[in-house]
Amino acid sequence: MGEEVKLFRTWSSPFALRIVWALKIKGIEYETVFEDLSNKSPLLLQYNPVHKKVPILVHNGRPIAESLVILEYIDETWKQGPLLPKDPYERAMARFWAKFGDDKVLTSIWSVFIKQGKEQEEALVATMENLKFLEEEMKGKKFFGGERIGYVDLALGCLANLISIFEEIVGLKIVDEEKLPLFYSWMQNFAEAPIIRDNWPPRDKMIVKFQALLDAAIASSSSS
Amino acid sequence: MADEIILLDLWASMLGMRVRVALAEKGLKYEYREQDLRNKSPLLLEMNPVHKKIPVLIHNGKPICESLIIVQYIDEVWYNKSPLLPSDPYQRAQARFWADYTDKLYELGRQLWLTKGEEQETAKKGFMECLKLLEGELGDKPYFGGQNFGFLDVALVTFSCWFFAYESFGNFSVEAECPKLVAWSKRCMEKESVSSSLEDPLKIHGFVIMMRKELGVE
Repeated sequence: MGEEVKLFRTWSSPFALRIVWALKIKGIEYETVFEDLSNKSPLLLQYNPVHKKVPILVHNGRPIAESLVILEYIDETWKQGPLLPKDPYERAMARFWAKFGDDKVLTSIWSVFIKQGKEQEEALVATMENLKFLEEEMKGKKFFGGERIGYVDLALGCLANLISIFEEIVGLKIVDEEKLPLFYSWMQNFAEAPIIRDNWPPRDKMIVKFQALLDAAIASSSSS
Repeated sequence: MADEIILLDLWASMLGMRVRVALAEKGLKYEYREQDLRNKSPLLLEMNPVHKKIPVLIHNGKPICESLIIVQYIDEVWYNKSPLLPSDPYQRAQARFWADYTDKLYELGRQLWLTKGEEQETAKKGFMECLKLLEGELGDKPYFGGQNFGFLDVALVTFSCWFFAYESFGNFSVEAECPKLVAWSKRCMEKESVSSSLEDPLKIHGFVIMMRKELGVE
């Protein structure tokens, strides 16, 4: 039976990357549709009228939006290479850490990058507190999923790339190997893992993109 | 061997009520422990060290946090009674998508009774937009879950006992803007699991008055 799988994404979206990884880990054939978010296609607006964002997975013509929702859909539809554990308690914990990543970790790291002065210092403190919880979660494990990459690794995975890009641009250490040895190792292991390492967006393009975002943020805060 | 279920909660929390509805749907006995968030208990801090918030479900000593994650957990453990999530992966994805969307109502609703003037108007607009979208998603179905009360119904229905408070402080009428949603909430209230879990809107209104005083909003 012909399966039609399409992924609407941008070249740099960390949330879309989660879906790329999941599809490739499971060996699912799919077509990529690149979107220009400054000029959203009618199809994007039709498939995700609520948020008008990427990623969107379209499976046999039916759209699913929100990356963590898409990950669970993929895991339930294609059973090979399971991403979520079987046990309900472990599943609840996996969902908890993924949500923590989005709600708190990503937010605090973004603030470290985009803010200055006292706000940046406070963001660094918050980031450290957040990452300590992840450090604790890594005890005795190679990946958050255990021996294999799982749902939480994919959810947090963009950090393995973004953190080093932010560190390079602002000249600040966000993840100190001595203070967060397990999280630091995870970042290395994840970034170099098969499939993951072949799908990072081009680093030089990322540096240019985020430098421009930072310059714009600084410009708008100093002109106000 | 009997299951030990403890719920750490705050009586007025619509997020905590989601868990109460789910437990009632499954016919589960549990111990309810009211929490004082101004003076957090050692148990709460131990069971939810990351967020230090309610609700927390403690099942045989193991904590689960975040209301929608708890509801899914309950649905997966006690899967043979009143299933909340549908079995089809696409329907499940839709239910999860919209349930996450309902979380927006929490912060928007807070802004409604916490702020005044333009900030409040913005919150009110956002709040009504959310409700209208959700009403569109309901369509002509008896429940969001279709013929049966489901995950998205649980996620949203607990906000309905807060409508009176939101309307009073925001100066608007949910029924005027979203009559189908109000009809749906009344339909849900006919279920024992919902009526026994939701709080009296007048009490919620009193709670908001107290919170506004405490936070100096007057």
